[in-house]
Amino acid sequence: MHAVASPAAARPAPVLARAGWSALPGALHAEWTKLRTLASTWWLLAAAAAITAAVSAAAAAGAGCGPLGCAPALTGADPAKISLTGVDVGQVVVALLAALTVGGEYGNGMIRVTLAATPRRLVMLAAKAAVVTGWAITAGTVAVLGSVLAGRLILPGRGLSAANGYLLVSLGNGPVLRAALGSVLYLALIALLAVGVTTAVRDSAAGIGLVLGLLYLFPIVAAVIPDHVLARHLVQVAPMTAGLYIQVTAGLQALPLAPWQGLGVLALWTLGALIAGAVVLRLRDA
Amino acid sequence: MTVMTPYRSGQRPGPDGFAQSLHAEWTKFRTVRGWVIAMIAAVVVAAGIGLLGTGAGTSTCQHAGGGPQRTGAACMITFAVGPGGEAVSDSFYFVRQPLTGDATITVRVTSLTGLLPSSSPNGPPAPTRPGLEEWAKAGIIIKQGTNQGSPYAAVMVAAGHGVRMQWNYTEDASGLPGAVGAASPRWLRLTRAGDVITGYDSADGTRWTQVATVTLPGLPSTVQAGLFTASPGDNQETQNFGGGVSGGGGPTQATAVIDRVSGLAGPLTGEYVGAATGSGIGQYRQAGGQFTVTGSGDIAPIPAGHGGPADSAATLTSYLLGTFAGLIALTVVAAMFMTAEYRRNLIRVTLAASPRRGRTLAAKAVVIGAVAFVAGLVSATVAVVAGTAITHARGYYGFPVAGPTVVRVVLGTAALAAVSAVLALAIGSMVRRSATAVAIAIAAIVLPYFLAVAAVVPLGAADWLLRITPAAGFALQQPYPAYPQVTAIYSALSGYFPLAPAAGLAVLCGWTAVALAGAAWLLRRRDA
Repeated sequence: MHAVASPAAARPAPVLARAGWSALPGALHAEWTKLRTLASTWWLLAAAAAITAAVSAAAAAGAGCGPLGCAPALTGADPAKISLTGVDVGQVVVALLAALTVGGEYGNGMIRVTLAATPRRLVMLAAKAAVVTGWAITAGTVAVLGSVLAGRLILPGRGLSAANGYLLVSLGNGPVLRAALGSVLYLALIALLAVGVTTAVRDSAAGIGLVLGLLYLFPIVAAVIPDHVLARHLVQVAPMTAGLYIQVTAGLQALPLAPWQGLGVLALWTLGALIAGAVVLRLRDA
Repeated sequence: MTVMTPYRSGQRPGPDGFAQSLHAEWTKFRTVRGWVIAMIAAVVVAAGIGLLGTGAGTSTCQHAGGGPQRTGAACMITFAVGPGGEAVSDSFYFVRQPLTGDATITVRVTSLTGLLPSSSPNGPPAPTRPGLEEWAKAGIIIKQGTNQGSPYAAVMVAAGHGVRMQWNYTEDASGLPGAVGAASPRWLRLTRAGDVITGYDSADGTRWTQVATVTLPGLPSTVQAGLFTASPGDNQETQNFGGGVSGGGGPTQATAVIDRVSGLAGPLTGEYVGAATGSGIGQYRQAGGQFTVTGSGDIAPIPAGHGGPADSAATLTSYLLGTFAGLIALTVVAAMFMTAEYRRNLIRVTLAASPRRGRTLAAKAVVIGAVAFVAGLVSATVAVVAGTAITHARGYYGFPVAGPTVVRVVLGTAALAAVSAVLALAIGSMVRRSATAVAIAIAAIVLPYFLAVAAVVPLGAADWLLRITPAAGFALQQPYPAYPQVTAIYSALSGYFPLAPAAGLAVLCGWTAVALAGAAWLLRRRDA
């Protein structure tokens, strides 16, 4: 009679899901598969690029010399900022994708499957954030390149030309390159902000509403309140206003913050939102 | 043989009408805790943001003649208030005499020249450059008295706008066009009969045309009448692309040569009226029958808002600033009121209970519209009442506004909230996904307002955005009319919209009607 081996010994050891941060590549792959197999992802990418470039082109077409003349001192116009105006609108689409990617899982219960597959919740959040950031950088690059091209083609015809003393909107110009690169980074930070906020509130609609409210609240309040000192402080801490200082190439000394400082303010907001999202994700049942 | 009778429930069929649908939708709304909390938050946020607009807390100023640095309330400039309750500028050079009873005054204006400011590197701009502000004016005025804001009627030559008759600051009627000069003098006549004052103009002094006739109720028997010249400050305001509006300019002055004066007998007094608020330039010279009258200032309403004289005054616009933040929260709730049905598959139960799909949509629209109306009404009322009280308590200056206007703006805010909520609901019904619906609704309603107010797009483009997008509804919040006879930048930033309140509401309602029709069509056509 053969000795019966215990079933546990006979069965090959199960391939355990890799634990800890070593699970990140797998999680990244899973998140990337989820993102790329949704049709809306690619529609939203096209929409972000098209809307940004179209609004930028419209802003460039609407720009022009003032009643007093064309000189930079008289118009105060900043060609780089004008040709990147579309980012103000395109960020809605970027934030929407980020909110949908996180919030959608809570809406249809998918989050339970996701967390069963990747039990380390912060790993899951990092993977989601990385994938969304990659998407935002892709969409942002296309959008910003389209905007810069529109500005370069349209603005000289509107009087904001190099002959009149304006900076040529070209990536070969240092400040313009900084504005363009910074705009792509800005869109990536907005996407991460939306990931953090939506993870914290666990609902895509509430997430997008909060993010857009946060972005638009400060500049509107700062523009209208009669207290100019308070208004200046408001725009210094506002995620959108401060973040978009990265687009400014003219009149830098009049800005309440330097361009990279401004982008740093947005990065702090994003960091705060991601930490809030991570804390909620760790502490609450999905 | 057994006969099978189909099962019939012993329950009587329940009533099935619009009232039941309404009741069902109202129950769904009020029992979702998150939505009720969000609505309360919308009201609190909208009213709270407005309190930031109650005054210039830390502004500093110094009197022109030196003296200590002052802060806060001591810096407030206050304006005279006209007969209609609006803030007015009442400063001009007045060559006057008391006039009792009915009278007729006739003059001829042969010249109007002026000086415009030119900026000097070491000091404020001063009027030194020849030229005329377009609304520089001179002519005859009959005024109740020289106290600020008192009723008046005047007929005048305006530099760029021909002969005008203006009365009680806000009213303006046009007469003969064209500039005045030695070759084209303008004859002006003002007659008083009781409370009624009539203005006439003529190119030759023989053929007269009536410009306007006005009634100034309660005009006393003895009034101040005579010649005047005024020239408003030059507003060379520029709109900074992406950075708001900045005011510039400086004082101007105008000089009129007036002769053939009849109807003014006795000694005349030359006096600058309202020197405290104007720059106070003025004098007159009389040589034979010819008067040369120089003056500055303006007799006109003062525009509210940024870049102008009322820059630091708290306005109705600043109290209601939080509306857009409330609208964002409202949009989220209104869109989810529909999309949540799809997410939880409640829509199948809803449509089983109430198979007439259009009726379900209508019931939802009525419920969310009514809730939003109440929320808008409460938040606007709180914002205006608390804002006014706090401005007053802190000793800051509140820009004057007439009572009926306040009521109209508060009700308009409630209507804006209600219609916007129905629009968001309709969008939610069409796209079925909460976040997408919220993003579309915010992009349609709040984003154009943001682009216009934060001056991201140029003024012309901003005006078009506020004409054709659903954000046109913000026109319901315009508290002060834009006056063609006052040069200013009438931008959304200062509370001026390109459409009249009713027209703005009509545009918003039009978008909402289209969206509702689309939602009803898709709801009938698609499976739930």
